[in-house]
Amino acid sequence: MTAELGHFALILALVLALVQSVVPIVGARRGDAMLMATASPLSLAQFLLVTFSFACLVNAYVVSDFSVRNVYENSHTLKPMIYKITGTWGNHEGSLLLWVLILTLFSALVAAFGRNLPLTLKANVLGVQAWISVAFLLFMLKTSNPFWRLDPAPLEGNDLNPLLQDIGLAIHPPLLYIGYVGFSITFSFAVAALIEGRLDSAWARWVRPWALLAWMFLTIGISMGSYWAYYELGWGGWWFWDPVENASFMPWLAGTALLHSAIVVEKRNALRVWTVLLAILTFSLSLLGTFIVRSGLLTSVHSFATDPERGLFILLILVVFIGGSLSLFALRARELSEGGVFQPISREGALVFNNLILSACTATVLIGTLYPLFYEWITDQKISVGPPFFNLTMVPIAIPLLFAIPYGPFLAWKRGDLFAVSQRLMVVFACAIAATLFMYWVQFGGPVLAPLGIGLGVWIVLGALAELLYRSKAFEAAPSEAWRRFKNLPRATFGAALGHAGMGITVLGAVSVTAYGTEVLQEMRPGDTIETAGYVMTFDDVRSAERFNFREDVGFFTVRYGDNVLGEMKPSKRVYPARNFPTTESAIRTVGFSQVYISLGDVKADKTAVVRAYYKPYVTLIWIGTIFMFIGGMVSLADRRLRIGVPEKRAKQRTDAAPVGAAE
Amino acid sequence: MTQTGTMIKKGKKQRRLVLIGAVGVVLVAAMALVLTALDDQIALFKSPSDIANEGIGPGVRLRVGGLVKEGSWKRTGTGHEFVVTDSANDLPATYGGIVPDLFREGQGVVLEGSVSPEGVFVADTVLAKHDENYVPKEVAEALKQQGVWKPGEPLPPTN
Repeated sequence: MTAELGHFALILALVLALVQSVVPIVGARRGDAMLMATASPLSLAQFLLVTFSFACLVNAYVVSDFSVRNVYENSHTLKPMIYKITGTWGNHEGSLLLWVLILTLFSALVAAFGRNLPLTLKANVLGVQAWISVAFLLFMLKTSNPFWRLDPAPLEGNDLNPLLQDIGLAIHPPLLYIGYVGFSITFSFAVAALIEGRLDSAWARWVRPWALLAWMFLTIGISMGSYWAYYELGWGGWWFWDPVENASFMPWLAGTALLHSAIVVEKRNALRVWTVLLAILTFSLSLLGTFIVRSGLLTSVHSFATDPERGLFILLILVVFIGGSLSLFALRARELSEGGVFQPISREGALVFNNLILSACTATVLIGTLYPLFYEWITDQKISVGPPFFNLTMVPIAIPLLFAIPYGPFLAWKRGDLFAVSQRLMVVFACAIAATLFMYWVQFGGPVLAPLGIGLGVWIVLGALAELLYRSKAFEAAPSEAWRRFKNLPRATFGAALGHAGMGITVLGAVSVTAYGTEVLQEMRPGDTIETAGYVMTFDDVRSAERFNFREDVGFFTVRYGDNVLGEMKPSKRVYPARNFPTTESAIRTVGFSQVYISLGDVKADKTAVVRAYYKPYVTLIWIGTIFMFIGGMVSLADRRLRIGVPEKRAKQRTDAAPVGAAE
Repeated sequence: MTQTGTMIKKGKKQRRLVLIGAVGVVLVAAMALVLTALDDQIALFKSPSDIANEGIGPGVRLRVGGLVKEGSWKRTGTGHEFVVTDSANDLPATYGGIVPDLFREGQGVVLEGSVSPEGVFVADTVLAKHDENYVPKEVAEALKQQGVWKPGEPLPPTN
């Protein structure tokens, strides 16, 4: 019965979304406050209905109701409870419901917290959000209904893909979706601005925090996915340039650009047209990502079960939304006036540079990802574009931007002095050079690029720190005065510094593990040892066990470094009988920021097994850096000027009154 | 128009030129990079029959898709020897690493690497999909072309 209720709630939500997609926008056109006021309650009601529907599906999973086809296909009575719950979104239909749930949650947030938004803007934004809701609710009800029943109900389910029975994958999709779907808000704001043909200060103040919020979650979602692939696929890699990874990376790149251009709109009232376009493009790339993941058009290591009807439907959504919004942009963009002017060398100029490089990066990933499709279409030849392409293009394109990061925050608005900033960054530059030379000396000659990469990472991290010290006058004023200044720095400054430092930390980890990581591969029987980078692993034994819904062969290794015994590592090879599906569970031991990683191949009857062991120096920095970025985003969101709901008028005076370039 | 007015206008024009110039330089550089990389770094997808018929020389980077032939998979120390087939033609292959969990005889597989002078495909990457029912798209099409398999049917026997 609950399945039918959930199904019914979805249909009801669709009806409300249809009303919401028309009435508030008509109201905004006619200036009818009553019609516009319907947007908020409709959004909230939609959110409650979809939440209820989602709860019904979770319930069906928890009680293992195999009369629901989706549950039968993706669950099993013996599965641990946590994976029964998270299995709800471990499949196409359920994850789509989660997608829509987050979409309606964001609309509801705008409805609930947008009290000081101009009435027409709010009505238009919520109207556009409803268009997206309508499209995805229709898609779900028509092609991917999670509530379809089976008659007769089977006694046992098919189990969830074992790779997905993992805590990393349980939290990865919700985080990623908050990111993807969060950009729907900036999209709706952009389209609303185009519909109205004007962009006021409230628009600018709203877009940045939403872009920031979506960006934070997308960052951490991608990072979790990367860590999951690292330990669960057993290949030891952390980024594969797989189409599905690229699908999430493109909106991240565009979203990062949006985040920065929104600052210019907010502070200087410039780059408005570009920011609107970027907001449209970012969400379009999120939609494209959804299409790539769910259509099965591109061969990828992760994919959902595919169905041509679904692919066609999403393509339709894609064409309508991207085509529609870009046409609207072409028609109306001229009505949005541009604001403040600036010199090429200025904070604005630096942010334009950021946007330029990030756009080039986005375009490169887009070309590399879609090129096989076009190539096949034109020449009828199949090709693959793999990691070598992306490494060869992305690294040189991104390096100028990475190098410029410390400069940006030091440059003044309107007109900056590159020479003066270089002088202030002299010490940081010296440290980076020292780090490069040190690394070059440690590796006795070797490739030059790796030490340079380390130097680049040091440059970015220390550059971020230097900005905070400089702003608090740490080397000029008395310590107590410097401390007072430090404490009073705007949170947004801290946020930016943390985010930039995080980027540097990720660069350090990536360079280090790529250049200095080692690996060995050896056939071993109990008693053998294997050694890499000074870590000696003894293969003690292998035992079989049966647990929950799988059988496993567990290898027991003792790890030593010099004379120290670091402990036991237990990589395993599992088989999930319900799907006759094997998985490799690698064993990872973290030593400082580095990791020792063992992955077990098939175990033969005489207990010999092929073992692969890696030493991954400073690999954890890759993910720690993204945590810094996330925290930076949070700190920035907590900025005073966003935190307190200042009425529009006072906020305007405040920004106008602030001396240009001071404490920003 | 006053003199200052013209000057501001001139300054604006100059700035716009600088901006357009910068955008142009970055875009041209990026495009050049992308095009060179696309020229060098893509791998053509071939089936064992294509390789047999087209006589592809050693060293050319390729992706090969097919089924792992029943009874052909041997472990050689840390490496693997097996035969990839599309029913019409067989291609012996080697791989020196741990094969993915879903690598099995009779299942679809995609290899990346090149043909050695002895005619053995030396793979440096082996992809087998995450779903045991799934046949990689390229493999499915190669098999369809050979007329030995249609989607929805069980895979053809390979022994």
